[in-house]
Amino acid sequence: MRRTLFALGLVAVMFLGLSCERRGGGTGGGGEPIKVGVYLDLSGQTSSFGQSTKNGIEMARDEINKAGGIDGRPVELIIEDEQGEPGKVTTVVTKLLRQDQVHAILGEVASTNSLAAAPKAQEAKIPMITPSSTNPKVTQIGDYIFRVCFIDPFQGEVMAKFAANTLKAKRAAILADFNSDYSKGLTQFFKQSFTKLGGTIVDEKTYTQSDRDFSSQLTAIRSTNPDVIYIPGYYGQVGVIAKQARQQGINVPLLGGDGWDAPQLWDLGGEAMTNSYISNHYSIDDPKPEIQKFVADYRARYGVAPDALAALGYDAMRVLGDALKRAGGTDSTKLRDAIAQTKNFPGVTGTITMNAERNVDKPAAVLELKPQERKFGYKETIYPDGMTPPTTAGASPAASPAGATASPAAATQ
Amino acid sequence: MDYFVQQLINGLNIGAIYALIALGYTMVYGILRLINFAHGDVYMVGAFVGLGLAKLLGYTTSIPGYNADTVGHSLWGGLVLVLVGSMIGAAIIGMAIERFAYRPVRKYSRMTTLITAIGVSLLIEYLFVAWYGSAQRSFPALVKNDAIHLFGDVRISMPQLIIFGISILLMILLQWIIYKTKIGTAMRAVSFNLNSAKLMGINTDVVISFTFALGSAMAAAGGVLTAQYNPSIDPLMGIITGLKAFVAAVLGGIGNIPGAVLGGLVIGVAETMVVAYGSDIGLASSYRDAVAFTILILVLLLRPSGLLGSTVQEKV
Repeated sequence: MRRTLFALGLVAVMFLGLSCERRGGGTGGGGEPIKVGVYLDLSGQTSSFGQSTKNGIEMARDEINKAGGIDGRPVELIIEDEQGEPGKVTTVVTKLLRQDQVHAILGEVASTNSLAAAPKAQEAKIPMITPSSTNPKVTQIGDYIFRVCFIDPFQGEVMAKFAANTLKAKRAAILADFNSDYSKGLTQFFKQSFTKLGGTIVDEKTYTQSDRDFSSQLTAIRSTNPDVIYIPGYYGQVGVIAKQARQQGINVPLLGGDGWDAPQLWDLGGEAMTNSYISNHYSIDDPKPEIQKFVADYRARYGVAPDALAALGYDAMRVLGDALKRAGGTDSTKLRDAIAQTKNFPGVTGTITMNAERNVDKPAAVLELKPQERKFGYKETIYPDGMTPPTTAGASPAASPAGATASPAAATQ
Repeated sequence: MDYFVQQLINGLNIGAIYALIALGYTMVYGILRLINFAHGDVYMVGAFVGLGLAKLLGYTTSIPGYNADTVGHSLWGGLVLVLVGSMIGAAIIGMAIERFAYRPVRKYSRMTTLITAIGVSLLIEYLFVAWYGSAQRSFPALVKNDAIHLFGDVRISMPQLIIFGISILLMILLQWIIYKTKIGTAMRAVSFNLNSAKLMGINTDVVISFTFALGSAMAAAGGVLTAQYNPSIDPLMGIITGLKAFVAAVLGGIGNIPGAVLGGLVIGVAETMVVAYGSDIGLASSYRDAVAFTILILVLLLRPSGLLGSTVQEKV
């Protein structure tokens, strides 16, 4: 009897721990709601990304609904947590498509997860916009898959340019995440650009997300005397890698991408994050009025500064809202065409124009990590080849003199 | 040479943690012939208890990460409190697992207990995922994050030094408990033959409980120490580490205490060397896990009873 009671107790405790995911309800006017499926990692290893993206999407939804929805129809979000596991992603997306019959899908930050979902959306002919998956393969899945961010060839190139031109680095080592499509893409394009700019890749090591210890990789990298170390991974591992690197006396700049952009990085990495730089989608220090308005609204609503993932989630939802309006309904072919025709849309993360590959050409911001203030400081903007910086004064914060000069020698303590 | 020594330090350091966890596997097996699959999760629970205690003591992960001065604890006081507290916490959890999950099924076949162990492991893991989410949590630094220069280009960081120091201390303590105390003698008697021990008037339930407590405390120490070196913990951190510690226990000869320590060190050094020299022979650093298991297979083929296993007579 006691045993039965104990077993029952255990079951009760288990259920206590399970929280029910709230369904985002439409607050707009009448009319049948337009259902938008959202799949994100809300409780897994990259949950900071998912939470920020969700915040951005929900804020955009409320703005759209407050302004009368899409021709009087409110936008309703159906949000699913897949804990960042590609296996669960397919389950969740199938549920969104078949059971909830959503009209469009927004989702995933990690490219590996978007790559798991995209074939499902393509097969069902339901448009999917990924806010922040940067691996080129994602939109190559088919003509229903879009993104509102730049892609890894460009992001890799940005950091290579920054390392070679601004930091004057000649020797770079790479420490990459073995199982992530995002990390593999960035590694490949960083290598290409950095070698083209006259640099040498002195060492290339990998880790897996289940690794807890990076000391042996770092000792190996240290022995090759690099000027910079490129770590195209996610914040969960990067914080620890940085700490262990600094413990080993590796004080050269650490470089990364948008995968570092999470408040947890400051807890995990602490002071070790000093002298590090990332490429990112926007800078909250950018004085552009639309950016400052977004930052202020977001702060007022959530009490924290929006990271790039939040901004991209916000942009993705607004691009979708704009396309829904132009498509005049939820017909999936018309909606797809409307998204594809998105032109000069004023996003927070830059002007959004879908190109023929359903990608967006946007400049990238290089940010300097400031662990003491727990923020990413603006360093410089790097434009894709063929895109010229806007000439209007004040359009870009490049005028700030603080980040103008820095050499690796000066940056190393 | 400097490079090799540095990598050896890294390897022994990981190995020491594996060894601490492997001790629990091997002691429980020695006494009950049970592979306690939940042991890796006790290591995780130990780290979480340590995190809770550190926060209670006022340590934070805010920057600068190390703030022992501001919370008024001496450098060692905070570490010792957190370490001992989490060891006690994990010991209680270990005893509870034994009392409520294993003891009721002890009279059934060994397979029943084994499956129960897997169930307990999953239960602990996903209870913690449900409570805390599977995201990594930062663990505050209880010791200064300095490095000590040894010679040439070789350095050892403060957390590494503490891992070595404390794990050696704990292993000596364990050896003393097993060979010099009454309960240790009882443990050895039970491992020799449970029923005879019972006939000699030994309260075997108490001895088994104590063994679980001891093993769990060692694992918790491993959890807190790892968190000093690698300051991020999560509910699934015990899966791979626990599995490797189990491999270490088997490698050294399961049931054999010095064997567990040796096994742990061998696995730690081997996987470090894969990363250190693997690229010279075309092995990517990510093969480190594969290597640990390849070594296991080879040792089991050549010496089925493990490295030190043959010195212990088969106890049926």
